[in-house]
Amino acid sequence: MSPVLAGVLQMLALIAALALAYRPLGDFMAGVYSSDKHLRVEKWIYKAIGANPSTEMRWPAYLRGVLAFSAASVLFLYVMQRIQGSLPGSLGFSAIDPDQAFNTAASFVSNTNWQSYYGEQAMGHVVQTGGLAVQNFVSAAVGLAVAVALVRGFARSRTGELGNFWADLVRGTVRILIPIAVIGAIVLVACGAIQNFSGIHGVGQFMGGSQQWNGGAVASQEAIKELGTNGGGYFNANSAHPFENPNGISNLFEIFLILVIPFALTRTFGKMVGSVKQGYAILATMVTIWIGFTALMMWTEFHHGGPAFNIAGGAMEGKETRFGVGGSSIFAVATTLTSTGAVNSFHSSFTGFGGGITMLGMQLGEIAPGGVGSGLYGMLIMAIIAVFIAGLMVGRTPEYLGKKIGTREIKFAACYILITPALALCFTAAAMALPTPMTSMTNSGAHGFSEILYAYTSGANNNGSAFAGLNADTQWFNTTIGLAMLLGRFLPMVFVLALAGSLAEQKPVPATAGTLGTHKPLFTGLLVGTIIIVTGLTYFPALALGPLAEGLGS
Amino acid sequence: MRLFGAGVRALLVLTLVCGVLYPLLITGIAQGLFHNKANGSEIKDGGKVVGSSLIGQTYNLPLKNGEETPAPDLKWFQPRPSNGLGTNSVNTQYSLILSGATNRSGDNADLIKWVTEAKAAVVKDNSTADFKVKPSDVPADAVTSSGSGLDPQISPEYAELQVHRVAALNKLDAQQVEKLVADNTDGRILGFIGEPRVNVLKLNIALKALIAH
Repeated sequence: MSPVLAGVLQMLALIAALALAYRPLGDFMAGVYSSDKHLRVEKWIYKAIGANPSTEMRWPAYLRGVLAFSAASVLFLYVMQRIQGSLPGSLGFSAIDPDQAFNTAASFVSNTNWQSYYGEQAMGHVVQTGGLAVQNFVSAAVGLAVAVALVRGFARSRTGELGNFWADLVRGTVRILIPIAVIGAIVLVACGAIQNFSGIHGVGQFMGGSQQWNGGAVASQEAIKELGTNGGGYFNANSAHPFENPNGISNLFEIFLILVIPFALTRTFGKMVGSVKQGYAILATMVTIWIGFTALMMWTEFHHGGPAFNIAGGAMEGKETRFGVGGSSIFAVATTLTSTGAVNSFHSSFTGFGGGITMLGMQLGEIAPGGVGSGLYGMLIMAIIAVFIAGLMVGRTPEYLGKKIGTREIKFAACYILITPALALCFTAAAMALPTPMTSMTNSGAHGFSEILYAYTSGANNNGSAFAGLNADTQWFNTTIGLAMLLGRFLPMVFVLALAGSLAEQKPVPATAGTLGTHKPLFTGLLVGTIIIVTGLTYFPALALGPLAEGLGS
Repeated sequence: MRLFGAGVRALLVLTLVCGVLYPLLITGIAQGLFHNKANGSEIKDGGKVVGSSLIGQTYNLPLKNGEETPAPDLKWFQPRPSNGLGTNSVNTQYSLILSGATNRSGDNADLIKWVTEAKAAVVKDNSTADFKVKPSDVPADAVTSSGSGLDPQISPEYAELQVHRVAALNKLDAQQVEKLVADNTDGRILGFIGEPRVNVLKLNIALKALIAH
């Protein structure tokens, strides 16, 4: 069997597995967020928090909950890293410097998992397992909560109430993320991922002497790292490290974990707004982009343009033998079309166009299918923009799911789609204009520019992957990427929740003959077009200077 | 401030659940059901641990005076290059292996040089008196560094390429070594998942047994 055919078959297997999980998981999640029952363990947690889970919150209260919890998380994670040297069980690793500790705290709380540190030499068991892995759960649960709040905004009328943040946070963690992560972690150990608490120890070698390894709770972190679309590796090589991703099965399974919740959330959305067809239209948009990007990626990576790859006879630099070009291409697209940023192969050594595809995937706003929660709300914002554009064409007040898209709503949506590009492009421009940031580049020319563009695109979009030649452990990059991650996560959430509040207050408008059918293929086509045009207009000049220049030159 | 307190309490209790109970549960199950795998899939040879089936190693001659990097011991099957591998720069009480890739782009001068030199070396090293390697025979994995720098495997094509050299240097019959490679080649899982590969450590252990035999 040719590697291309094997790659295609792996993609088909992945589609089949995701299709099987779609309905049960989507319906289950809709049930979780609609139920008025509380599990016993949840009641204990609410008691500890001191919150009444049945209190309905309007959008400002919901937002304050998100911000209070996230601020507490940033502070906790920062302090934890700063006192690492005195924590027991830290393998004797010392405290993390202030700028890097800020960067890492911002990174994990914002669901980005950008890493300017080397996992195996910087972070001990306590910080990895008790700090970073915890954020892998709760930052994903926060994303889910905000998405559900927006869906309730569409589903509810004549009320400003969006649910209870604490209840949504706890339910997402306890009922959705933990059970799937437990199964996921066990599957990964069965494949060969490690799970122990042994410290750094020497292991004998074939030629004599020994190699020193770091033990750790790797499988448990790996499962939630993918499931929560986080992406922060236990080891520096991330999911390319054999202890994180031991074979072809674990590789396909990790990609499945990345995609399963974001895709199934479209079903949850459909259920909650009372029309699963609306969910299918959103799903179809996501799937179209995802399959298109994967096909393009496979084409360019198997084609292996670029002087070094031509000499080598294949684009295997930065790729593992057990995954090959096919398994690496599928992973790279899944990780950049979601907010994951885990890597099983190094994007900086992809072909010029391949690197461009990973960047473009993030620049679409990570909505196909996007991060856990953030993918759905990002896509719904684009749907509002698409409905608005369609409304302009026929001269009607646009409406979506029975809600009028008026001035207020479109302003919130427009602010949402402007924030991330503004952060990514302004910081990139600043870094290029200043003399010192550029000394961090490993590559020169177009690819050097790409390293910096990638870094801020990844930070502002909360992805976390990198063109990792860039030495990002400098005060400049730690601080600016840290800011890009926090602003790129929480400012959009402000607009999403404000929009949700505004929608929930409206009374529904009945559908008429002139209403655009947002559950039909026509709308899916319109939405795909809108996404590509909006992103293209925003990022084309920057992409032309980086990956396009490199790709066309090879 | 009251709300911030609620945030802190929520974080602490969720840390207990997700950061203590969850990893302990997984570790318990993993250590109980998959003891060897959970601890790094170590392989023994002659009663001694010689590494992990998942982590690549080097098979080099001892470093000679005046050399910066040790030369490969061509008696043994050789792994892929690992130019991205690092050593730890902080916490230097340890000498950890730092996993990583080169992150060089396709038009990067270093990478072009590395690949060109590696290709020339593979051609030269593997050509024997009665077996000439052509540059076009060299598979891509033989001259590129993996993502982790710890790739434990090589492609069957690269293993095949090394058969005549290994046989000649160990005074073995090439057919015997060929069979060894075939026995240690894993196909795609279920026929389509992952890529065909040869585990270099397992292959060298089998080779050692064949030499001793």
